[in-house]
Amino acid sequence: MEQTLRVKRFDPENPGASGYQEYTIEVEETSTILDALIKIREEIDGTLSLRCSCRASICGSCAMRVNGQAKLVCKTRVNAVAPNGETITIDPPGNMPVITDLVVDFKPFWDKMRAVEPYLRPEGPVPETEYIASAESMDHLVGVVNCIMCGACVSDCTVLEVDSNFLGPAALAKAYRFVQDPRDSHKQDRLSVLNNYSGVWDCTRCMQCVEVCPKDVNPMGRIMKLRDLAMEAGFNNTSGSRHTESFAKSVKKNGRLDETKLAVDSMGRFNVPALLDSAPVGLRAMRKGKFPWKAHKSSEPEMVKRVFEKVEGE
Amino acid sequence: MKYAFYPGCVARGGTPELLVSANAVMDRLGIEREEIVSASCTGAGVLQERNEKLGDALNVRTFALAEKMGSPIMTICSTCQGVMSQANRRVLRDPEYLAEINTILAEEGLEYKGTTVIKHLLWVLVEEIGIEALQKTFTKELSGLKFAPFYGCYIVRPSDALGFDEHPERQTSLETVIESTGAVAVDNSGKTKCCGLPILLINQSNAIQMVANHTGEAKDLDADAMVTPCPLCHLNLDGYQPKAAKRRPSGKIDLPILHLPQMLGLAMGMQPKELGLQRHIISTKEVIGKAAAAPAAVG
Ligand code: SF4
Ligand code: SF4
Ligand code: FES
Repeated sequence: MEQTLRVKRFDPENPGASGYQEYTIEVEETSTILDALIKIREEIDGTLSLRCSCRASICGSCAMRVNGQAKLVCKTRVNAVAPNGETITIDPPGNMPVITDLVVDFKPFWDKMRAVEPYLRPEGPVPETEYIASAESMDHLVGVVNCIMCGACVSDCTVLEVDSNFLGPAALAKAYRFVQDPRDSHKQDRLSVLNNYSGVWDCTRCMQCVEVCPKDVNPMGRIMKLRDLAMEAGFNNTSGSRHTESFAKSVKKNGRLDETKLAVDSMGRFNVPALLDSAPVGLRAMRKGKFPWKAHKSSEPEMVKRVFEKVEGE
Repeated sequence: MKYAFYPGCVARGGTPELLVSANAVMDRLGIEREEIVSASCTGAGVLQERNEKLGDALNVRTFALAEKMGSPIMTICSTCQGVMSQANRRVLRDPEYLAEINTILAEEGLEYKGTTVIKHLLWVLVEEIGIEALQKTFTKELSGLKFAPFYGCYIVRPSDALGFDEHPERQTSLETVIESTGAVAVDNSGKTKCCGLPILLINQSNAIQMVANHTGEAKDLDADAMVTPCPLCHLNLDGYQPKAAKRRPSGKIDLPILHLPQMLGLAMGMQPKELGLQRHIISTKEVIGKAAAAPAAVG
């Protein structure tokens, strides 16, 4: 069958000429998008640049955007994306600088990976043989260890789109892997770094990384767990942790959420500059009759509270 | 069909105009419903981040209440939809886990058997009422208007919790409903991205940049308004747009953010006040004017 691909081109020597180029080729029922791109390169246009190696979703080199969403193109069939032969749009992965066509510079990806010190840092006497960890303590880490560093999550992360300093899903998932490794001795200082600006609290919980990860690493889930671990480790003085606590308090009390209280609690009662900065927004909302004057409640707040306490007490 | 109505906290708090307009539009459509008055907050993903089981137990309690009423749950909030869908999937996949939660609920005289269906009004329109029946309630054809869809994360991800395999039409439901009014749905790349609200109180600068990007993009595509099925997105995209505008070279954005029922209400020829359109931070005057001047719907 015939298939058209609309491919983003970029020539660093002639940036003005970048744009989409359409190619139409014959593909098989079983063709992957990578097969199609390689065929274009071999039969129509030898100047098309892309990265690939294993063709079996192992090496992590072929992540790019297919109709706007990051995918490993060797793992994605043409007919799964275009069941009725629709044109498929291919872009390079996002949030990394384009070198040429579909090839991007992974430097920001590796810099963040390095920043979380992705290696064991054990202390104390070196054992005679190897460092031993029990199977149970490592089992739950298998999912994170499966990361093939393809950058799909980083490509589609909505926070990286507005803030290139954010550590991002791949590095934070890797950080989780070392925070949870029983052989590592630096849990506390790892958490203190992750608890800082550009760390775990900057994630919006948008789930893009969960959706696009080809290996089910679930970076966002790991980030949420890191938030928990940071709070447990005593790092409570961030607006993020106050936000979570205030939210929980409100639901426990009324069965519902009280948004106005949430704002004050999250910013910190004594954080006058932040509160003043938000005041105009609050005033505008009040003028428009949007201010919830009274916290609304469940009709059975006591029952909600009992369920709440029961689970919390477990 | 009668629905167990779950308006959600934000429709009762920060965006009262959503509840007002949703009720007006549902009445016009003849959607029968009864509110689950003792329902709790879904946890909005925040509670889950602290203690997933706690969030699940509260949601399963809501599912059990609806099951007792013998009705599917209808939400008007993308976030409530997603959080409930995820909780429902977790307990249905793991009967032991459900049994544990049911033990807690038993003390309150409740049990969840696992039969409750949860549907956002947006999906109810597309899957149950049907576009044709919906169009019969329109008195205006909003041709000439352009709306930018904005879904909200939780109603698009994770796709496997939202029944997209069984209901592929859900993925484009917002564009479908926008176009059913005769308006054009512009193709803004931000439509399935994050509005930024979850970090508004944590990293305001990033949250505001997201507002600037999404509303700015829609404006550049010539949209008259943005339409969202998520009141949390509305809070940020509307409330913080004046601040976001300062990040645009022109210093201006002025893109009204309509709740989904408000757009439907305009197509139904309802009065702006009935739809709470005066309660927005970004003025809705122009889009109201354009809708009022739109031709009568045929058929
Ligand atoms: S959930 Fe967090 S880390 Fe994952 S893509 Fe969204 S903002 Fe980025
Ligand atoms: S977490 Fe998943 S998407 Fe991200 S780099 Fe690893 S394998 Fe790729
Ligand atoms: S080519 Fe190796 S993962 Fe796709």
